Amino acid sequence: MNIDPRPSVIEDRLKNIKRVIAVTGWKGGIGKSVTATTLALLLAKKGYKTGLFDLDFAGASDHIILGAKGLFPKEEKGLEPPVYEGVKFMSVVFFSENKAVPLRGANVSDAIIELLAITQWGELDFLVLDMPPGINDAALDVMRFARGAEVLAVTTPSILAHDVLARSMALYKNLHVPVLGVIENMSPGRARAGVAAAIKTDPGLEKALGHPSALLKTAFARDLSGALKRLKLP
Amino acid sequence: MHEWALAQSVIKAAVEHAGTEKLKKLKETGVVFGELQAIDKEIFVFALEELRKQFPAAAACKFKIILEPAAFRCKACAHEFPLKGLKKTKDEAEFIHFVPEMAHTFMKCPKCKSPDFEIAKGRGVSISYIRGDK
Repeated sequence: MNIDPRPSVIEDRLKNIKRVIAVTGWKGGIGKSVTATTLALLLAKKGYKTGLFDLDFAGASDHIILGAKGLFPKEEKGLEPPVYEGVKFMSVVFFSENKAVPLRGANVSDAIIELLAITQWGELDFLVLDMPPGINDAALDVMRFARGAEVLAVTTPSILAHDVLARSMALYKNLHVPVLGVIENMSPGRARAGVAAAIKTDPGLEKALGHPSALLKTAFARDLSGALKRLKLP
Repeated sequence: MHEWALAQSVIKAAVEHAGTEKLKKLKETGVVFGELQAIDKEIFVFALEELRKQFPAAAACKFKIILEPAAFRCKACAHEFPLKGLKKTKDEAEFIHFVPEMAHTFMKCPKCKSPDFEIAKGRGVSISYIRGDK
């Protein structure tokens, strides 16, 4: 017998979270992390108890977008994520000293299960998951353990991103994963069919990275905030 | 007290297993501590004693701790090596304690220096056997 006991408590750890939003997109570099982090900041600013979990172990960058330095979870019957700018934040960078995390798929899965089993999120209105690109171990584990998770899909105007998006949508439909909608980042301005929100390219965004208050004042954050209702978010 | 979360998972998994196997009372559960994660046995056992009050099926269960040495196998050069002799700082050991996969960030195959190795044995906490009365 070899029983992995960790999955037995994951449901318990997530039970006081009202909604889990998985920000996905199957291509790299399309703005998932900026979208996920800005969404978490917007929800927290509106007074919602919000968590942000960076699941992109190889390309973790939410801490850079937040400008979060010197944080570490508190050890209390597990790990309590530090609160930064009103957001409970968990990332693999707390344990990697910002070094590379060269993990194979099974190792990624093990690390995700470990963090899901030991992280004490407490009560949250929203937990925003910043997913890695593609349909891989992280995505499959989220579907396995956070069964009510709702997908917020990110794409760009490129035909490459849209083609991959179409495939991902078909899979979510087959798996009965609820999809809140599609956000098109770096958009020329007009939303295409099937896209709930077009977020225009914002030349001021790069400068605001690392500064949450400046980030919330960008045209990017304004566009995202304006799209929340269409995405069934408050 | 991060051990508390893992102790809770052990007792919950054992009780769930008892339910599946229709065991009325758990008598003994084998809990494997992988060397790599370096779980604090005293804290873990203390947590189990506190937690068993919430789980009547585990009230009289003996939890036998079994230490499993870590063993690694390099994917690049097939070299097999133990934990002993691998260098890590106190902070790095702490990070591996929380998430054992961080071994790939801080440790390397002693022969070819690759971080692409398999943790063949002794990773973390698992259950090796469950005994009880029907």
